[in-house]
Amino acid sequence: MKIQISNGRVINPASGLDEIQDVFIAAGKIVGLGQGPAGFAPNRVIDARNKIVMPGLVDLAARLREPGFEYLATLESEMFAATVGGITSLACPPDTDPPLDEPGLVEMLKHRAKGRNQTNVHPLGALTQQLQGTRLTEMGELRDAGCVAFSQANTPLMDTQVLGRALDYASTFGFTVWLQPQDGYLARGGVAHDGEVASRLGLPAIPTCAETIAISTILHLVRHTRARVHLCRLSSAAGLDLVRAAKAEGLPVTCDISINHLHLSEHDIGFFNPHCRLVPPLRSLRDRDALRAGLADGTVDALVSDHSPVDAESKQVPFEAAEPGATGVELLLPLALQWARQDNIPLVRALSRITADPSRILGVPAGQIAPGSTADLCIFNPDQEWVVTPQALKSQGKNTPFLNLPLLGRASHTVVGGFLIYEDARA
Amino acid sequence: MNGNPQLSPEGRLQHLLTIEGLPPSILFHILDTAANFEHVAQQEIKKVPHLQGKSVFNLFFEASTRTRTTFEIAAKRLSADVINLNVNASSQSKGETLLDTVDNLSAMQADMFVVRHAESGAAHLIANHVAPGIHVINAGDGRHAHPTQALLDMYTIRHFKHRFENLRVAIVGDVLHSRVARSQIHALTTLRVPEVRVIGPKTLIPRDVEQLGVRVYHDMVQGLKDVDVVIMLRLQNERMNGALLPTRDEYFKYYGLTPAKLARAKPDAIVMHPGPMNRGVEIASEVADGVQSVILKQVTFGIAVRMAVMSILAGERGGNFS
Repeated sequence: MKIQISNGRVINPASGLDEIQDVFIAAGKIVGLGQGPAGFAPNRVIDARNKIVMPGLVDLAARLREPGFEYLATLESEMFAATVGGITSLACPPDTDPPLDEPGLVEMLKHRAKGRNQTNVHPLGALTQQLQGTRLTEMGELRDAGCVAFSQANTPLMDTQVLGRALDYASTFGFTVWLQPQDGYLARGGVAHDGEVASRLGLPAIPTCAETIAISTILHLVRHTRARVHLCRLSSAAGLDLVRAAKAEGLPVTCDISINHLHLSEHDIGFFNPHCRLVPPLRSLRDRDALRAGLADGTVDALVSDHSPVDAESKQVPFEAAEPGATGVELLLPLALQWARQDNIPLVRALSRITADPSRILGVPAGQIAPGSTADLCIFNPDQEWVVTPQALKSQGKNTPFLNLPLLGRASHTVVGGFLIYEDARA
Repeated sequence: MNGNPQLSPEGRLQHLLTIEGLPPSILFHILDTAANFEHVAQQEIKKVPHLQGKSVFNLFFEASTRTRTTFEIAAKRLSADVINLNVNASSQSKGETLLDTVDNLSAMQADMFVVRHAESGAAHLIANHVAPGIHVINAGDGRHAHPTQALLDMYTIRHFKHRFENLRVAIVGDVLHSRVARSQIHALTTLRVPEVRVIGPKTLIPRDVEQLGVRVYHDMVQGLKDVDVVIMLRLQNERMNGALLPTRDEYFKYYGLTPAKLARAKPDAIVMHPGPMNRGVEIASEVADGVQSVILKQVTFGIAVRMAVMSILAGERGGNFS
């Protein structure tokens, strides 16, 4: 399959490229920018006039709900949704049922995902067996089965001795450990930020120090073990300050935030909107603004969808009882663009946070448009308006705080490994 | 799904879910209507026809005696048919969801739901779900709100103090877990009480509660100085488990209302309690049974206030009757 994408505005954040030129694809690779190889005869020409051609998005957190939660979503539905969102590589957390703690499970997932010839799926292995925080998993075997890193997902690892040893063991092999920093004791029973809104609505609260204490603990262990750690889903200004200082100190840490925490605060809970029941909780406006600034200045390395499809029944219950999480793979691109517009962030930099930067954390060769690189691309019209409705969302999960909001930008074409796997006929 | 559905676009009361966001005019309208209903209890036939032919479902997902009973009496005095459901014991244990239960009861032509639930936001959820024309009254949701209790407390305060604009009111105890306290705070500030104080140990006062317009005291002796109204909150026994408090005895020593502490308030201060009381834990018997206590009057007024709320929701006729 030879594809020529013509007249698009090509943005490659990794190199700073931002120019109108053609992209030439053959045998799964990019074989030319601006000018194709001599005698290039495309099977398909995509007219990208007035569109942006960018590397396919790399999402560090997308739950596909397989195995175990097929009633919420299936690999098929969620991988298609990711494709519609322009995502060409994604990492899925190990909090499936059973958790991804055995090589066989990971091989099966990789096999099922591969059979679909779609978005590249990179599983995160469980750091501890059953995510129970007591015994280590076979990390070497899991890596050989296809895991790119190891994680506890949302389950806090309360035992600091086990955490320290897990970091030590992982770093023996050079594996990165992904941790969501939230102190399990301080967060116990809580469903909202310990602030004005939780006090008003009478919701059990989680203080900011649940995050800062967990980050401090992890950073001390990083100093001790020199393990490489990726901190997932920061929620607070104070937590971000700790990461900023750790980076200045030279510790091998990176971090990400979700699209929800980039745009929302505790006030969006309104009168118990269950779509705002998230882990970690939405915090104050001050926190949100600090996270936005942190993403702009690079303290926050990546923006993620934190895609968590939940069925309607699990949300139509009182706020405290609602299953946490929001659908997100189709919103990552438009919400990154919205942030860039609102905060005057150069597009190259904004798009870097959903391509080259997460790809570096993932440690896979993706998120680039350069001669010789794998042809994973997303083409979109930045001026195309669409409304987030249940019908518009392809994910089985229709749960999002952004429901009914008009957004700009949606993929018209998604290319993975040189194959045009998604095309929106209307765009 | 996350709107505040209790007011219609024209500003009429559709449901009573929380005091927050209600204008003073609606609160006064409820209090005035309740005053009209107060005499019904003194009549030989304690009934008026306002809710004749209407079905009121008391939907209690959490145990209650006093609140459920006063709602039942109020509905019966308005000539409604009252159906009491203790849902813990039936469908929820069979796995039926909250909204399925509501749908089933709606199919039985319910006109009004009186809902109590252990989780904050349950009444909003139901109000957002029911068909137009069905009214929901929140009889307590988690830690969030208990608006009829707050209204009967306002009624009691007005009965004894006549006006709100010159009062100093103290709410004492477990504010963190109290839906009553949250609703009282909204009601008092809406009715322009100039000074609302909350008093309790730091473990029982919610973060940033000052944003609701109250002043926080941790020293009860200071906090009670010169107040006109003392509202005591119930302390649940389970608070000793989560390391919020050491013992009941120590709690009583620092935050129990004794005659000595009450002497710090104005001489004509009234003492209130939403019940049920823990004598010797948050309140001394001498005070609970003393001349300044209006606790039993609160219960009596509760019926008239709940009649007022129900009749206003059912059709705004409450104010016109005589």
